[in-house]
Amino acid sequence: MPDSQAIAIDPSAVENPAVGIDQSSGNFSYDMKYEFDAGSGLNERTVDYISSVKKEASWLREFRMNALKTFESKPLPTHWATRDLENIDFNKIRYYLSSGGKPKRTWDEVPDDIKRTFERLGIPEQERKFLAGVEAQFDSEAAYSNIKETVAKQGVIFVNSTEALREHPEIFRKWFGKVIPTSDNKFSALNSAVFSGGSFIYVPPGIKVSHPLQAYFRINAENFGQFERTLIIVDEGSEVTYMEGCTAPKFSTATLHSAVVELVALKGAKIQYITVQNWANNVFNLVTKRGLAHEEAEIKWIDCNIGSRLTMKYPGVVLKGRKSRGEVLSIALANDGQHQDTGAKMIHAADETTSNIIAKSISVGQGRSTYRGVVHIPRHLKGCKNNTECDALLINSNSRTDTYPAITVRGDRHAVQHEASVSKVSEEQIFYMKQRGLTEGQAMSLSVNGFINDLARQFPMEYSVELKRLIDLEMEGSVG
Amino acid sequence: MSSQATETQTAFGGFSAELFLAHLSGQSAAPAWWLARKREAYELFASLPLPGRKDETWRFSNVAGLAALPASGKVRHAPAQPALAAGAALTFAGNRLESSSRVPADLAARGVVVTTLAEALLHHPALLREHFMAQPQRLGSAKFAALHAAFVQDGAFIHVPAGVEIDKPIILVHRADGGAAFPHTLVIAGERSKVSVVDLFLGDSANDTALAVGANDLYAGHGAKIAYTGVQAWPRTTLSFQLNSTVVRRDASVQSLNVHLGGRQARHESLSQLQAPGAFSEMLALTAAEEHQEFDQRTLQVHQAPNTKSDLLYKNALAGHARTIFSGLIIVDPDAQKTDAYQSNRNLMLSDEAEANSLPGLEIQANDVRCTHGATTSRVDPEQEFYLKSRGIDPVRAHELLVFGFFEEVLDRLEDAEIHAVLREMIVAKFKASR
Repeated sequence: MPDSQAIAIDPSAVENPAVGIDQSSGNFSYDMKYEFDAGSGLNERTVDYISSVKKEASWLREFRMNALKTFESKPLPTHWATRDLENIDFNKIRYYLSSGGKPKRTWDEVPDDIKRTFERLGIPEQERKFLAGVEAQFDSEAAYSNIKETVAKQGVIFVNSTEALREHPEIFRKWFGKVIPTSDNKFSALNSAVFSGGSFIYVPPGIKVSHPLQAYFRINAENFGQFERTLIIVDEGSEVTYMEGCTAPKFSTATLHSAVVELVALKGAKIQYITVQNWANNVFNLVTKRGLAHEEAEIKWIDCNIGSRLTMKYPGVVLKGRKSRGEVLSIALANDGQHQDTGAKMIHAADETTSNIIAKSISVGQGRSTYRGVVHIPRHLKGCKNNTECDALLINSNSRTDTYPAITVRGDRHAVQHEASVSKVSEEQIFYMKQRGLTEGQAMSLSVNGFINDLARQFPMEYSVELKRLIDLEMEGSVG
Repeated sequence: MSSQATETQTAFGGFSAELFLAHLSGQSAAPAWWLARKREAYELFASLPLPGRKDETWRFSNVAGLAALPASGKVRHAPAQPALAAGAALTFAGNRLESSSRVPADLAARGVVVTTLAEALLHHPALLREHFMAQPQRLGSAKFAALHAAFVQDGAFIHVPAGVEIDKPIILVHRADGGAAFPHTLVIAGERSKVSVVDLFLGDSANDTALAVGANDLYAGHGAKIAYTGVQAWPRTTLSFQLNSTVVRRDASVQSLNVHLGGRQARHESLSQLQAPGAFSEMLALTAAEEHQEFDQRTLQVHQAPNTKSDLLYKNALAGHARTIFSGLIIVDPDAQKTDAYQSNRNLMLSDEAEANSLPGLEIQANDVRCTHGATTSRVDPEQEFYLKSRGIDPVRAHELLVFGFFEEVLDRLEDAEIHAVLREMIVAKFKASR
């Protein structure tokens, strides 16, 4: 159990007047009294414990047990991925913690200390009231859940994973674990064994969800891995935007976050999934995200990675229906001690499907950013198109970037193009801005923001503002 | 025990220890260091496993097709040898020198050497020892490089001393005779020298060859200029490996073009090391793939010094059920600032059954660089086809023009018009035959 100190703030952290944001935000943790704690280490007992606490149906318990076996049988993917993965000690991780209690329905019912956490996260007052359908995950369970009336009136189901599989199995079981099978990779298997929390959403046919649905995730116990599970099903002709953002306290020992996110867009549906990831620099962030797009459906991943020690995340779209469309817009920023290993997967499985990948990465100091991509167009299809652009910006002479795309095309009726470039900030631009009175740091920040501007513009307003601030913060001290 | 024996069998293919000893006994005239290297190479070959499905350097490759390493094979057709005016020529048949036209007297007097490995062992041992397969195998075929070093019987040794320029190309022909082929070409260009080399890999009309493991190493000393053209036209049953290493020193430049036409399954590995400022490596390839052919090309451009440049353009045209794999990597070392590196893979799909795989990669550890890569896969542009047809050109001819135009972008980069013409003819011939 953490000690009794209420809030631990790094004393060296001070507000930085140049940027206007408090650099210490995120560096805190609460003393939580966990009602349920599965202890550290992973075995059948852990899985059994989680399943019992959640009062799960026997099929789900079995699902978890099988996933555990798959997890144990799969080797780490170090034949292509970084060996840093070997530093994860799976026995030191706590796989399930919960403060108990049911998800809260109204803001007033949210415990005060958890409200304080949100305050520290910098969620504006206005937004807190307007937290339409916010599913704010505090450790494993949703501590706060308030579906705005209008959304509920539209017939939208927006619940956590436990509730969804218990109360609405007829809707969710059909697709649960189908887009990302347990055995997809070692970490999807891990998640399938120990998942808790996350958002399950169902949007009925013909509904354009009026507000973006949001969830905030935090990790709040040392050595505690968070394994949230998200499944979004959008029925025919419907539309939804989902936003996910994370900040996490800084801890000294490595911690693990391994989520599974599955999206299902039925005929003509549209899903936009936005992530701003800003875990602390000791977090292993190993996430599997994939969408299944039916006929004329559209799935768009907007993925922004700023934090974590190692992120491995390649959002994918399986283009299953004719004329479906997949898109990944990705921004990654790697600073000292960070490796952003991100990318995209586009599996074309029907005629006239199109996909677009735009990835921009910035490596600062000794940071390393990697793009990994898969574009797959199997035979006997026609009229498939893919466009991939990867641009990498290297700030310091010891920064590093890699690009590893894999493109398979069968047949003569497709058009696929991939382009990548690596560059540094233009000295002429910096010189020009300095000559106009900007400091080198400001000029650098402006230039980097310019580099990602065309992507950031596609983000919702508050996210692009947050992103700009985060970049300003990361760029500090990178020059001179 | 028995399962172990089976595994060993597979890893050796037909190249048993007995076969190796028989090969060694035929090399008794060679110096001790050479024989020692061969023994080392054989041990390495025997100890390394065959590539597996999970090896990153063999991603997308048909590794099952490698399981048997046949030491001999049997019959089919082979292309005729193209006629080229040569500065000097060596023809090898069945790994042995068949005929040669030596360098003109004036060049010989200036120290130009165009000879066989067998002779180089006797007369130029120091140079041979320094450069023979001296570069690392970084692209996945260490096992096959070792097999080559163990069994190589003879090959071409070319040394152009400092300041000497040779106008006419040196033509090397490697004809297989049914046994396994181990063609070897070593080009050492001294400072400020200039040389052009053409390697032709041809099948014999009477005999077929099941396995070819070739190596060609190019070394360009300071300010040297090497133009290299390799044409792989093995018979359609051959499993082929061609392993290239190119070292480029200060202000030197190497242009290499590899044309891939033959073989059942052909892997080409090319490693360019840019070791000193001003070094430039231009890497070109053209592949005309048809039927069930698989062409597997792996490249690595390593920028080891500042102010170096590399430019890669690999073009594949795929008909029938053909498969191609292009896996390229640019590595910029931490100190190699001002690197200018380019890598481009273009795939032209001519059939609905063909499959093109592209893995264009970058690993950049210096920030002041200009590195770009691109990969495209598409069909003949219908608009261009329409334009030609609207000008009265018949559809078949229009299609051909566009396909050949696809290759011209690469061929146009050749300085030697004669080589350009010969290559165009060979590619066109293959395409016409496949229609």
